[in-house]
Amino acid sequence: MCLAVPGKITHITGEEPLSRLATIDFSGIQKQVSLAYLPEAIINDYVVVHAGFAIALIDQEEAAETLKAFQELDEFEAGL
Amino acid sequence: MKFVDEYRNPTLAKHLLHNIQQITTQPWTLMEVCGGQTHSIIKHGIDQLLPDNINLIHGPGCPVCVTPLEYIDKALAIAQQKDVIFCSFGDMLRVPASHQDLLSIKAQGADIRTVYSPLDALKLAQENPNKQVVFFGVGFETTAPTVALTLYQAKQKKLKNFSVLACHVRVPPVMQALLSAEDNSVQGFLGAGHVCSIMGYHEYLPLAAQYKIPIVVTGFEPIDILQGLYFCIQQLESGQHYVENQYKRLVTEQGNQPAQQLLQQVFSIVDQKWRGLGEIPQSGLAISDEYADWNAEQRFSVSNINTQEPKNCRSGEILKGLLKPHDCPEFGKTCTPDHPLGATMVSSEGACAAYYHYRTHV
Repeated sequence: MCLAVPGKITHITGEEPLSRLATIDFSGIQKQVSLAYLPEAIINDYVVVHAGFAIALIDQEEAAETLKAFQELDEFEAGL
Repeated sequence: MKFVDEYRNPTLAKHLLHNIQQITTQPWTLMEVCGGQTHSIIKHGIDQLLPDNINLIHGPGCPVCVTPLEYIDKALAIAQQKDVIFCSFGDMLRVPASHQDLLSIKAQGADIRTVYSPLDALKLAQENPNKQVVFFGVGFETTAPTVALTLYQAKQKKLKNFSVLACHVRVPPVMQALLSAEDNSVQGFLGAGHVCSIMGYHEYLPLAAQYKIPIVVTGFEPIDILQGLYFCIQQLESGQHYVENQYKRLVTEQGNQPAQQLLQQVFSIVDQKWRGLGEIPQSGLAISDEYADWNAEQRFSVSNINTQEPKNCRSGEILKGLLKPHDCPEFGKTCTPDHPLGATMVSSEGACAAYYHYRTHV
């Protein structure tokens, strides 16, 4: 039920924070969702969407850090 | 898909599994709280790749599963009324009430619609002023804000023909209820990542301290789950217990403030009954008095419906980790996804349903 899918904001309409809408691109599928809970979100941000709402911004630096940590470990072990 | 595929990388998964094997010196029992995590674990076979002495218990974080039978009865009572359009997420439609399910009464002529978002139900209300449109609001803190904004907009627009049958539940109280039970066997938690993207993880700090238990906020892809397990086992093996955040790309300590503010405005925290677990203090979110005009229980006078759960269902023991699905005598016999006896077989995210779909050979 708490399934949330990542996608990229391609378009935003509306001014008032609780009624802003965003078009999200999910790898080719476009869907309009509420941006009520992400007043700071801008075009090209990645968000996760649940039940028609963008609920969280994806922190791309943190996402890269998680994967980089593994890569560095692999390189370290390969050098042993 | 970006932010999905890279977290399903088999090389990284092997690496993490190797690390888990290296650090595990004794048996540990861990619980993944969220049904989405359970589904991912069973689907990808993660539990079968872990060391034998790591026991995973599949937690109560499946809202469809834990919605009490009486709410399904209330849903049916409302949906069968004249001039009602009853809207729900798809996975609630198959859940049997005492006698029938929503899909059966749809077949008999009731106007029941599956919607993707509660906002779709609100739109239906605007388009059908001569009908009463009711949305069945179930779900944890991830879903409750979507219903909160819908109710907020209904009030703003002064919509008289829209209401919500709400049965929303909170994660921290059920974790506390499990931990404080005498027969608790959980030694570490994988916290529900998307719930925490809304609520943050500050609510878990006192739980980790009081019960001396590691809580690792964890995502849903295989790499997330393996890393969450690794962090959790690492804490257990070194005698530590604190809240750790594996899902940093989405979750902060304080969570989503606008969503929390609207939750507080629209809902009140109440004691709530859970299917399979009974009543848990402070574990529910009920529509607040300020929004009472949009509360379907009051509009349709169904508050007095009170249903008892079937006695032969042992989902309570499964949710506490005292019984594995295939050890239940009813599993796959009198209890199947088409005819579920109770909580854990009801939704595809429930532990029994996940075992039934992916492990029918056991």
